[in-house]
Amino acid sequence: MAFDAQPTRKFNVVGTRVTRPDGVDKVTGKAAYGADISAPGMLHGRILRSPHAHARIVSIDTSEAEKLAGVKAVVTGADLAMPEDADFADVAINCLARDKALYDGHAVAAVAATSKAIAKQAIRLIKVEYDPLPHVTDVDAAMKPDAPVVQEGRALENVPAGMSQNVTTYCKFGHGDLDAGFAKADKIIERSFKTAATHQGYIEPQACMASLGNDGRGEVWCCTQGQYMVRANCAAALGVEESQLRITASEIGGGFGGKTSTFIEPVALALSRKSGKPVKIVMTRDEVLKATGPTISSSMDIKIGMTKDGRITAARGELRYSGGAYPNFTVEMGAQAAFAAYDLEAVETIGWNAMTNRPKEIPYRAPGAPTAIYAVESVVDELCQELGLDPLDVRLMNAADKGTLSSYGPTFNDIGLVATLEAAKAHPHYTAPLSENQGRGLSCGFWFNFGGNTCVSLNINDDGTVGVVEGNPDIGGSRASISMMAAEELGVPYDKVRTVIADTSSLGFNDITDGSRVTFAVGLATIEAARAAIKEMCRRVAKIWDIDEDAVIWEDGCAKPAGPNAGTHPPMTLAEIAAIAGNTGGPIAGHHEVNADGAGVSFGVHLCDTEVDPETGAVKILRYTVFQDAGKAVHPDYVEGQMQGGAVQGIGWALNEEYIYGEDGRLQNAAFLDYRIPVASDLPPIETVILEIPNPGHPYGVRGVGETPIVPPLAAIANAVSRAANVRLTELPMSPPRVLKAITG
Amino acid sequence: MRYVKPESFEAAATLLRDETGISRILAGGTDVLVQLKAEMVEPDLMVDLKHLPGMREIVAEDGGFRIGAAVSGAQLGEHDAVKAMWPGVVEGVELIGSSQVQSRATMAGNLCTGSPAGDAVPAMVTAEAVARVQGPDGVRDVPVIDIPTGPGKNSLNKGEFITSIYLPARPAHAGDCYLRFIPRTEMDIAVSSAAVSLTLDEEGTVTDARIAIGAVAPTVRLVKDAGAALVGAKPDDAAIAAMVRAVEAACSPITDKRGTIEFRTKTAGVLAKRAALIAYGRAGGQL
Amino acid sequence: MKTIPVATTINGDETEFLCHADESLLDVLRDRLGLTGAKEGCGTGDCGACSVMMNGRLVCSCLVLGVETEGAEIETIEGMAKGDTLHPLQRVFLEEAALQCGICTPGILVAAKALLEKNPDPTDTEVRYWLAGNLCRCTGYDKIIKAVQTAAAEMRGA
Repeated sequence: MAFDAQPTRKFNVVGTRVTRPDGVDKVTGKAAYGADISAPGMLHGRILRSPHAHARIVSIDTSEAEKLAGVKAVVTGADLAMPEDADFADVAINCLARDKALYDGHAVAAVAATSKAIAKQAIRLIKVEYDPLPHVTDVDAAMKPDAPVVQEGRALENVPAGMSQNVTTYCKFGHGDLDAGFAKADKIIERSFKTAATHQGYIEPQACMASLGNDGRGEVWCCTQGQYMVRANCAAALGVEESQLRITASEIGGGFGGKTSTFIEPVALALSRKSGKPVKIVMTRDEVLKATGPTISSSMDIKIGMTKDGRITAARGELRYSGGAYPNFTVEMGAQAAFAAYDLEAVETIGWNAMTNRPKEIPYRAPGAPTAIYAVESVVDELCQELGLDPLDVRLMNAADKGTLSSYGPTFNDIGLVATLEAAKAHPHYTAPLSENQGRGLSCGFWFNFGGNTCVSLNINDDGTVGVVEGNPDIGGSRASISMMAAEELGVPYDKVRTVIADTSSLGFNDITDGSRVTFAVGLATIEAARAAIKEMCRRVAKIWDIDEDAVIWEDGCAKPAGPNAGTHPPMTLAEIAAIAGNTGGPIAGHHEVNADGAGVSFGVHLCDTEVDPETGAVKILRYTVFQDAGKAVHPDYVEGQMQGGAVQGIGWALNEEYIYGEDGRLQNAAFLDYRIPVASDLPPIETVILEIPNPGHPYGVRGVGETPIVPPLAAIANAVSRAANVRLTELPMSPPRVLKAITG
Repeated sequence: MRYVKPESFEAAATLLRDETGISRILAGGTDVLVQLKAEMVEPDLMVDLKHLPGMREIVAEDGGFRIGAAVSGAQLGEHDAVKAMWPGVVEGVELIGSSQVQSRATMAGNLCTGSPAGDAVPAMVTAEAVARVQGPDGVRDVPVIDIPTGPGKNSLNKGEFITSIYLPARPAHAGDCYLRFIPRTEMDIAVSSAAVSLTLDEEGTVTDARIAIGAVAPTVRLVKDAGAALVGAKPDDAAIAAMVRAVEAACSPITDKRGTIEFRTKTAGVLAKRAALIAYGRAGGQL
Repeated sequence: MKTIPVATTINGDETEFLCHADESLLDVLRDRLGLTGAKEGCGTGDCGACSVMMNGRLVCSCLVLGVETEGAEIETIEGMAKGDTLHPLQRVFLEEAALQCGICTPGILVAAKALLEKNPDPTDTEVRYWLAGNLCRCTGYDKIIKAVQTAAAEMRGA
């Protein structure tokens, strides 16, 4: 991809705070989300789930359910294809179990009936004979050689022999001489940490409506972060061709990574194929928490050496993650991210994944990074405390910068970490006074960001307006930012552009809405598509003016002669060109297809003040400030919104959110009552400081912003609580019982 | 499920007595509808009583107040006179659930649902509130403390239901307070709780003290020893420490997803201490 | 199970429907009346996405039976704008980007309107506690609180 030569250009539309195009529908209740659509003749689907953490499925008898009046189809795992590809097979088996139920809540059968009430009744008539097996839900326990084995034969080749079969992934990153590095240290701290699994907690449960005929043609309406991903998973699970499935993404009620896989769409399609009717499935909150994807749970050891003036001499981390009942690679991202904020001479990070009887992990905002960086930043903070050093000065002294050989291999290009740390240091928050039982914590955060496969079509309409067709669900304002970039490039007002999200049959393949990629990659493709349209418009005008194509330039939304030699022609506006397109060669459009590179890594710094009640262990967040390099902030409101929302999800992770399993391996808190996401009254205002260090990989300097903000809060809060309570907290969440126990010993 | 709105209390009692299946009474619905959704119960009969006389009224009676069983938390919180007389009772009811739940949840429902963690219950107990119970054979008055008998259980007989709760007149120089511990600031079930009602003499010496604790035993407990520890003195450090010891001794909680035995016991004492000092201030006492 | 006829008023319009005794008002609104603005985030009163007004009080429609609304006045998000004029809260939420995914937005708007009718000049803390029953996972609540205050100020001046 060619880098743009003008990252510091002046913008007219980009950088303003325009109103989003989907806004009115969303404040009036008109916007159609996953569960908001019905079809004529539609059936209601419902899924039967395993009550066991781990059990062999001996038999499933669906005959009584099938006899119930109003029941039109019953399906089990046998009604889905078994894809050859292991990833597709895991998705299919997770949608409907085969020989084993792998976790409490694993789907084992499903019905479609003429009403929700009948479907509910029918589910109870399905008789499943289970042979319960020993289970394991803790990552350290799962790694022991004698642990119950969740799945056999799933380990990668590089996993050493003799380990539990639950261990599927081993990875190692780093460089330099660790022993020499630790020998140079004045102080070495080594600590172990544990973190509980958390859930993305999107407010909209998964929902879909699906129709599949016996001719193999199907339609799915669903809330997803990627309609093309749904198509691929469904095609594999149903054994049909992708071209025959059309997937339309509804408005999406939050995802945060959690809607990057499929749980119900293949089931609904299988029920539809069997019944010959459209089938709607809407998950309950209980099902969402039990059977969609939480994060990894982790156990980690971190060792860091530091000189007495604050230079880190060596760092080592060992991460043990569990991504639930299937092989999982999130630990690789955690291991790569752990020390990314530091310029280190000697560093090593080792990662393991172990399977447990928990639901299949699905990415959650910067997957793998928050926990690893929590552990690293906690140890750095403790070293600062022990050596009497300022924690921001220490980060600045060791900060990764342009040219740093990163802890995971690549050498960094332009990155904004130093500027972000300096902004935090200069901010009044950093020197504001604290009272008794209060503490201030800070943490750096890092995320890779992603570009990926992207298609955009841009159509010049005959009335001079512009239509942009893109393929990524708008999860928080991306239609606005895409329209803004199209308007900017074309030189037309923002309200002349309308961006829509295509179904899978209307536009080429797009990667899912993940990796903080949409504003970056779809934006980039939109700008390139606009440039293609501009080129075509200039060509048409050249024809009209009867001059050379190169003699026409595009400026302020008009075609103009390039200079005096091109003749004296009055500028032609986009609208004027569009109106006569039929006479100059037909409709005008631009399109761009790319596997976008150059996303540019992202850094943030969070500052947090907490107060700890020494008698109850309750933690109050008093003040919170987020500093982040956003590259060019296309729509500052939505950049701030990402920073604030990510910070608050991190606050939930740090303080109260956790998957709690009983001795029986069953999830005990599958409801918002006891899966405690932050409520409005828990929080102070979340202050934001956006730094705009242009990303050289994007024509406007845009950098992804969505994921980094969830990375620093875990350690920022842990450091603040540890300082306020005068005791080092090493386990998340820092729920009041845990904090009180740490204080009272 | 059948949904019935009976024409009278007597008709309701007969209907409930004669029902052979599972019956539930609909007051605020904030517990029973959750149980329906979770498929914990599938009643055959749902009896709605909210429309019957007095169910949604707050009436002054003998210096105190009679509060209809369907009076919502929001309605109670808007009643300045009840709030002035029994602030601890009202703050307990107002802590149940969200603004949305407050529009529906009732103190009678919170009592009958039998949760050891019910926020309305401890302060009703320390206020010596009395439930008026309608049954097939007539009406009886039952002290609030005798209604819950264990988690999800109450002492009402088949066909019986609460029509109102009576909060007695408050003596002079008296005050009450309810505090609970929850992990967040809202939307949680109490992990532990304490209500304190104090009566003072002119000098500020405690002459009567009732302390009830919640979520630390199968039912809300009135801790007589804890009350006794405060009587005869001002709530100074020594008296408070003795009271806290009595509270902790009365705790027999469980460890579960919401808290541990140790945590519940420790915080129950802390809350009782803090509530006692607030109640003392409300009663006009000065330390 | 037979259905029961219910006559109610929704957003000022007399509305009759049939429902089962155990059906929630939320299911009636969404499945029987096509009013899908109220969302089901939990079905157990923990998230507030289904908030509506019933007889002048804010409720979770998932915690109300459809049959209970006989003779009641219901107001939903669909009735908040008057014709093509948005309520100040709706407009300010757009202007100040107080929504990201928007799934909690209908419930939050209904709840915020109920607050401002009761308390036109709330403190930030009062707004936060009033809205504690409305979960939002995208915004961190910051812009929501600010937008409610902007709209409140505008409504007080109007």
